[in-house]
Parts: sequence; structure tokens; C-alpha cells
Amino acid sequence: MKKIATLIALFLTLTACSEDADDNAVAETNASVSFKFTHNWNDQLLDSSNFENLDLTNENGEVINIDRIRYLISRIELINTDNNLSYVFDGYKFTDLSNEDTYDFSPETNAVPLGNYQLKFIWGFNEQDNINGAYPDLNIASWNWPDMLGGGYHFLQFDGMYNVNTTNPAPFNYHNGTARVSEGVFEQNFATITFSESFTISNNATIEVKMNIAQFFTNPNTWDLNVLDTPLMPNYTAQKMMQENVLSVFSLGEIIQ
Amino acid sequence: MKYWITYCLLTIIICSCSKSEDTINNNDAYVPIPYQLEVPQHFDQLLIDPIIPFDNPMTEEGVSLGKRLFYDRILSVDNTKACASCHMPQNGFSDSNKFSIGVSGNFGNRNSMPLINLAWNFDDKYFWDGRALGLEHQALEPVTNPIELENPSWSDVEDRLNNHPEYPNLFNQAFGTSTITKDLVTKAIAQFERTLISGNSKFDKFLNGGATLTAQEQEGLNVFMDEERGDCFHCHGNPNNPLWTDNQFHNNGLDATFTDLGLGAVTGNPNDNGKFRSPTLRNLAYTAPYMHDGRFLTLDDVIEHYSSGLQNSSTIDPLMKKVEQGGVQLSEEDKNNLKAFLLSLSDPSFINNPAFLPQ
Repeated sequence: MKKIATLIALFLTLTACSEDADDNAVAETNASVSFKFTHNWNDQLLDSSNFENLDLTNENGEVINIDRIRYLISRIELINTDNNLSYVFDGYKFTDLSNEDTYDFSPETNAVPLGNYQLKFIWGFNEQDNINGAYPDLNIASWNWPDMLGGGYHFLQFDGMYNVNTTNPAPFNYHNGTARVSEGVFEQNFATITFSESFTISNNATIEVKMNIAQFFTNPNTWDLNVLDTPLMPNYTAQKMMQENVLSVFSLGEIIQ
Repeated sequence: MKYWITYCLLTIIICSCSKSEDTINNNDAYVPIPYQLEVPQHFDQLLIDPIIPFDNPMTEEGVSLGKRLFYDRILSVDNTKACASCHMPQNGFSDSNKFSIGVSGNFGNRNSMPLINLAWNFDDKYFWDGRALGLEHQALEPVTNPIELENPSWSDVEDRLNNHPEYPNLFNQAFGTSTITKDLVTKAIAQFERTLISGNSKFDKFLNGGATLTAQEQEGLNVFMDEERGDCFHCHGNPNNPLWTDNQFHNNGLDATFTDLGLGAVTGNPNDNGKFRSPTLRNLAYTAPYMHDGRFLTLDDVIEHYSSGLQNSSTIDPLMKKVEQGGVQLSEEDKNNLKAFLLSLSDPSFINNPAFLPQ
């Protein structure tokens, strides 16, 4: 009896030890990487507590209030700068500025080999992923882009009022998605966001990505809301200007590991 | 050490024994039959799974009990009103009166919300102003509301149900206890309400390949989906979101000043003043009058509001375009086409479904 009990105790001890050993082995070669997205208007940090309450001035000089910002990115990818191998995270990230639970992205399948990397992702969905009605969580968010404009999904919904410092504020709907060239003719309008900085993943890491929302109105196209306010979804020129401006919206922030 | 090991083994044996006894006891209890929601094929394909709280799994007995309670006037202070008095099946589980009449003949200040596809209200906020979190909590309030079912307290209702000749046994079959509490009452009602699924309108049949839209309905869909015309889809769904609502809160330009703050009164945030939950556009043929205060008697009135009747205010949703002109200025043809499309979202099989009607 005493021997059986001792054997059970020994077995339990060994099992417990082997779990720890496995954990250590994983941590030595791979890291778990998560992403933290922060949002700002130039030097002003924006979050769910303040973004509706600020008077913000865009590059063209209009004073605006933000009512709603939701956006989509996909194919978040780490490219190893030593061997050019890519680690692509599953899934996509749908962010709603009013809901801070959506700010972070922690991919479930997550074992990045340690090394030196650059970050890259797709603004919106690329042509392969932008499939009409394919994503139930985006469908229930009414995130769909109309068939008559090429279908698929919105990349951005940015709503607010401009000229709020005058007696005639007016709405704007800066919505981005597939561009309609002409009736029945569409052009993909996603953007590839590539960060030039290289960084080392030596342990589990959290990478901050900064989104400067003011840049949607700034670079390279200074946006005049008095001309381009709403509707913009069917406006090919506006859609291509958005595609150009989004390239300067994101920057790499702090990496904690 | 020797005794310690013996005690450990003894504990394990006792635990094993007690587990077996539990199992025996459970085998003696009535086990309710799991209820399978009849989810339309395109809902299954396009939407995420319905919300079923882990602490209120749906059962045949629970749904049946919930349906009986929904139609039973025992929930009102003088046995004159039931949930169904203000949520009538023939009106899409809404009320054709602008404001519903309570037990004492008093009126509320909001139109009764239709009860349609509630299992897919993913934010789980109910009432026009979102003040109830969870369907189970929603059903708590009307029972003691002084202008609705008017019970002084829930304990009065619990007493009536506990002294009823049949309800204790029905609760025992549904929940494993014959002691009736308000929480179990609202759980049962919520189970029934989750079965109120509407997914068989003409437009649903069109989506599933079983019907053809008329030219007018098809053009109405185009108006609905066109940002330059109706732009209805940003708040009211689209063919890939067949709930036909975003279940979010918007100020849709009804008033320049607010007599009812809506969401703002719940959150205390002035940015939310005048915002109300988008209702589904399903079954509009049966759910008049429209808006949170039932101000519009007809669908034509509603369309005209968005076309030319918008009122500006500090919290108006920027999606309300051309507010300075009163709205999107639809042509008469566009209005008629839009109306034809909207009516294709009505589902006669929903209001006539015997599973939803009193026995």
C-alpha cells in the first residue's frame, strides 16, 4: 500500500515537472506576439473616453467633431529580415474606437521564431479576402460594402461633423472600400502598410501600432471637406485619394518584450 | 507520512463515492429536453451563432413554459394584462397603439418594440434606450412598472405562481425546482422570446433562390443600398446582414430638441441624447406605428421623414445626409420603390406561426 502511494506521488511529481519543461522549450525558440493599437490626432491621444468630445482641426483648417471610427486591417505579417521568411497571423482586426476591447490583437495561433523582423499588414482586405458576406462577425456589424460598388466590406467608416465652429456644421462620411470606376467596373482599393523599421523579437512581445487619424486629411492629399464630405463611397477620385492617404496614417510605436 | 497518504486515498475514495450518489440523485430528477432553435439556412451562413446564455440553456419545457407565461395575465396585478397584451403576434409582437395601455388605463411614452430575432441582438441591450442588459433582465421591468403590469413587487407575482395548481410542476420540469422565483420566470420568457425567429419573408426566399423580386422591389433595394439616395444600409442591415438592423443607437433626426433623451438618460452622456436603438425592418407591414414614440402611422410617413423631414440637433448622426435640406430628397419613384422593397421583408409565416401563438 505504501509503495503504491509513493508511486502515485512520484508519477504526479514527474507529470508536473514535464509540463514546465515543455513550456521552457517553447519559450526558447518561439515567441508569442500581440499588437496594441493606439489612436491619436497628431499629439492628442484618442480613446473611447474623449474622441467624441474634441474639436479637432484638420490640415485644410476645418474644425471637426468625430462621431464614429471603425476600421479593418488584415494579414498582419512579420517578415524575417535575415531569411525573408514571413510569419502571417490568422484572422483580421476590426477596430471600433468606441470599444477599447477592440484595440488589441492577440492572435490565437502564435509562435513566432525569434529573430529580426519588419511589420506589414493590409489596410482592409485584399482582393482574395474581400469576399462578399464571408465573415459573419463583420456582417452583423453591417460592415458590408454595397454590391453596386463592388461588394465585399468597408475598410473604414469615419463619420463626423465639420465646420463645427460655424453656424452651419455639416456631416461627413469618410468611408473607404472598393473603388467603382464606372457602373459594373471596380478597382481594388486596399493598401499594403509596410513599416521600414526592423526590430528584434527576443521574447514574448507586444508591438504598438500608432494610428494618426489626422493623416487621413493630410498626406499626400490635403482634404477639403467643403468639397468632399458625403457621399464619398461611389466617388472614385475620393476613394483613390483615401488609398493614398492611408499610407501615412500608421507608424510603429513601442515594442515591449 | 504514512497516515497522510492514507488520508489522501480515503478522500479520493469518498469523493468518488459522493459523485456516484449525486449521479443517482440526478437520475431521479426530471431531465428537460434540449431545444433546437430552427435557424434559417441563410442566418446560419451569414450570422454568428445566436446568443444563448450559459446559465439559461433552452429546453422544450422552458420554451413551453415561457410561452405560457408570455400569454398569461397572471403576471399583471389584477389578471387583466399579459406580455402579449402589448406584444401581439399579429403586430409582429408589437402594439398597433402608439403607446401601450397599462393595467389602470395609463399610457407609456414609447411604442412597444417588436420582438423579432432577439437571439441575434449581440450587444444584448434591450428597450429603445438600451437600459436592460440581457433578455432575461428585460422581462423583469414591465411586471412591476406602475404603468404596465403594475405589480407592487415581484414577490406578489412569485406568490401567485407558487400557489398556482400547475406552475410549480412546470417550473420543476423546466428548471429542476418547483420554487418559482422572478429569475426563473424571466428565464422561461426569454427562452420563448428567443424562438421568435423571422426568416421567411419574400426577400429571404429571394436570397435562398426561392423567389424573384419584382422590378420595383429590386429598384427599391438599390435605393436602400445607394449612398447617394436612401443610404439605409448603414444602420439597417443589408442582404448579408439579414437582421435588417445594426441594433445600435442613433439620433435619426426626429427632433431639434429632445423631450425624451433616450440612450442619453441611461448613460448620462450628453453625446447620447436623442439616440434610440435601430429597430429591425422586418415585418414593417405589421408593426405600425413607427419610431420610438410611434409618431409615424405609415411607412410613407417614415420614408418622407428621411427624405425631407430631418431635424438638426447637436447629436444627429452624421449618416443623416443633407440635413440642411431636410434629408436625401428622394424622388416619388424612389420612395415608392423603396417602400415596395421594405414590404418584401415582411414575413406572414412569422405572425401566423402556431408555435408562437397561444394554445
